[in-house]
Amino acid sequence: MNDVLEALINVGVLASAIRIATPLLLAALGEMVTERAGILNLGIEGTITVSAFGSFVVADKADSLWLGVVSGVGAGILLSLLMAVLVSSIKVEQVVAGLALNLFGIGMAFYLFRAVYPQTGSEMPRSDTFDHAEIPLLSDIPAVGEVVFSQHWLTYAAIGCCPLLWWALNRTQFGLELRSVGNNPAACDMRGINVTGMQYLALMFGGLMAGLAGAFLSVFLSGLFFVDVAAGRGWIALAIVIFGNWRIGRILAGSLFFGYLDAYQLSLQARGVDVPHQLLLALPFALTIAALVVNRRRSQEPLHLGVPYFRGER
Amino acid sequence: MNGPGADSVLLQARGVTKRFPGVVANDDITLEVHRARVHCLLGENGAGKSTLADLFYGVHEPDEGVIELRGEPIHMVSPRDAIAAGIGMVRQHFELVTPMSVLENVVIGTRGEAKVDLRAARDRLGELCDLYGVEVDLDTPVGDLAVGQQQWVEILKALYLGCEVLILDEPTAVLTPEGIERLFATLRRMASEGLTIVLITHKLHEVMEISDDVTVLRRGRVVRTSLTSEVTMADLTRMMVGRDVDLAIDVAETSRGDLVLDVSGLDVATESGRGSLKQVSLQVHEREILGIAGVSGNGQDALFDVLVGMSSADAGRILVDAKDVAELSPADRLEIGIASVPADRIHQGLMMDFRISENLILGRQRSGRYRRRGWLNQASIAQFADESVTDFEIAAPSPSHVTRVLSGGNLQKIVMARELAGQPRLLVVHQPTRGLDIGATEYVRRRLVEERDRGAAILLISEDLDELLNLSSRIAVMFDGRIVGEVDRRDATIDRIGMWMAGVSGVPGEALA
Repeated sequence: MNDVLEALINVGVLASAIRIATPLLLAALGEMVTERAGILNLGIEGTITVSAFGSFVVADKADSLWLGVVSGVGAGILLSLLMAVLVSSIKVEQVVAGLALNLFGIGMAFYLFRAVYPQTGSEMPRSDTFDHAEIPLLSDIPAVGEVVFSQHWLTYAAIGCCPLLWWALNRTQFGLELRSVGNNPAACDMRGINVTGMQYLALMFGGLMAGLAGAFLSVFLSGLFFVDVAAGRGWIALAIVIFGNWRIGRILAGSLFFGYLDAYQLSLQARGVDVPHQLLLALPFALTIAALVVNRRRSQEPLHLGVPYFRGER
Repeated sequence: MNGPGADSVLLQARGVTKRFPGVVANDDITLEVHRARVHCLLGENGAGKSTLADLFYGVHEPDEGVIELRGEPIHMVSPRDAIAAGIGMVRQHFELVTPMSVLENVVIGTRGEAKVDLRAARDRLGELCDLYGVEVDLDTPVGDLAVGQQQWVEILKALYLGCEVLILDEPTAVLTPEGIERLFATLRRMASEGLTIVLITHKLHEVMEISDDVTVLRRGRVVRTSLTSEVTMADLTRMMVGRDVDLAIDVAETSRGDLVLDVSGLDVATESGRGSLKQVSLQVHEREILGIAGVSGNGQDALFDVLVGMSSADAGRILVDAKDVAELSPADRLEIGIASVPADRIHQGLMMDFRISENLILGRQRSGRYRRRGWLNQASIAQFADESVTDFEIAAPSPSHVTRVLSGGNLQKIVMARELAGQPRLLVVHQPTRGLDIGATEYVRRRLVEERDRGAAILLISEDLDELLNLSSRIAVMFDGRIVGEVDRRDATIDRIGMWMAGVSGVPGEALA
């Protein structure tokens, strides 16, 4: 019992909560922007997988972690461009396209992985990983230093991205128009806004962020690639967007909280505590449904989310 | 008023043709719009007015012909080009981002700085509102505004972009008589300030009231462009429909029969509080049409919903043939002979991507007639569809065609054919002719009177006073969720009903106050 309680505020658990939250936050922020433009991209799980592979293979073969990150991001953007062509140009049903993107992405990543690393031995190929970016002085503070100031640079970047993104969405002409596209594309079209162009940009941003999430999983956290590297994080990111009611502050909070839940259940498992960790793993989805119910009245869900836009349709 | 000179032509179409699959929407259209005048495009639904407006606004490109602005041909591939050229448009269906404020809606699409300068925009808008006497709160989410107000937001959007030509597509459809008056006064003022107005309408008296010039369109072609001062309403009607039509159909008096619908003390609360029902009582008998008049948003929607079973009452009772139906579902009500024609036929009345035959049995798919051992009985459905298409003169290639391709009049005929099929005891009809052309309107009204003569009790909710005065046996007026007055058709006058609609009680002294 003491283990169960102690793990709640254990420094290691808190630090790993923030680490685990990072890819969730990255992917959720990207997805939020995509959805604000009216596109529901269910394909982030696949995008994360492809990006994790892209980062891993380049980091390993080119022996450059930075090139790895760049190629992971590139792969994410490429895959989201494919999504953009499907849903924004050809106007395929978005749910179908997103699910197809997942199957395609995960299958493709694993195929390429096997093509590049044909050996089937027990030894997994490993790439280097980034070191933790310990912030001078601040990281020396007891407890807080380890939890907050000894994270990866990408974690700081993800959190720093929040206020920037808020400003871009709420205080710029571009942000206003992006949000408008998701609510009423016809109105935007009539005002001369390029709806398709906006959706391409929003999807590419989502791909960029999912790409960073994928890179984080392979070349920051583990230095490994395996088929299940994303492990449902894409789906959790989708849930976080809903849980956060499409708002940046709540998405940040949601990511940290879900990251914490994951870190907590991992530590319980590591301590051999006999608590069904599956319950904790399922909690994000249950909470998301609860949030949907609570937010029903003041939902920020874009009004035109998931609906292809055709000019002049009645 | 004398005709303007050729040098004052601002916008013109020269030999413009626009085809859509299966139809020629605009056929060799040539017309000139002069600077600082109000130019009406008049025509029935489907005459090509909105298509022409879309061509002027770059929504579509003409297949043939050119559009010229200030004597120069302009090539527009998107509304952006039209906006840049100084053309603004308010479409019939508003293009507003409802969760956002008035101010934000106006700013969308303006090519300004990267950072939105809401303060400067607010000042500009304030000036525009003052100039034209528009009152609207700039920080309210547009979705919270009444429809009439939303229209002003649309107009402000166009003005804010500095348009020289303002095109309005059926702007009066959503307005009260008072609102129309205000709109027209403002439009006249804009014209006198140098703005050019193109107003699309199918209402003759509006043309006579507001316009300097009028172009009549019929079946995608220009019939004639004239100075409004040189034509009469009768001339315009002839040009519009190609025959003389008296819209008022012949309705003989009937003696009413037994009481069918007996509603008393009905309260229905709505989520927003707007459009709720308060202590509504009314009766409809056999062979009787009770008309419900009122400006939209005064409880008509709630009344319709509660009668057909889409919502439940908080208090009061609904009796049909002395049986309480309040607890019955819409399907159960249909079963006992309560049929309904909803106001929004596209979203509430039909499945646009279903076949016509499927829509004709929608809601009746469980009846023994269309079912056999749990399967749909295709043969009897096809037979009923064939009968309906013939009987209701539905202009469709075949009953198995997809519904979406039909015009508004034919869509309404499908709904009517379906609802009248069971020879309903009570028919609840909401805005049955809104948006229909003259031919279809006449048809629908005639059918309603035939139903009445057959013995049905009909509750007709409409915002068209002419329609109510023409068809109803009695007219009740709703204001703020209450029935504020009821009058026999023989004693009904537009003035009296108009006062009730405005919320003024029948006492003459109060009407003047």
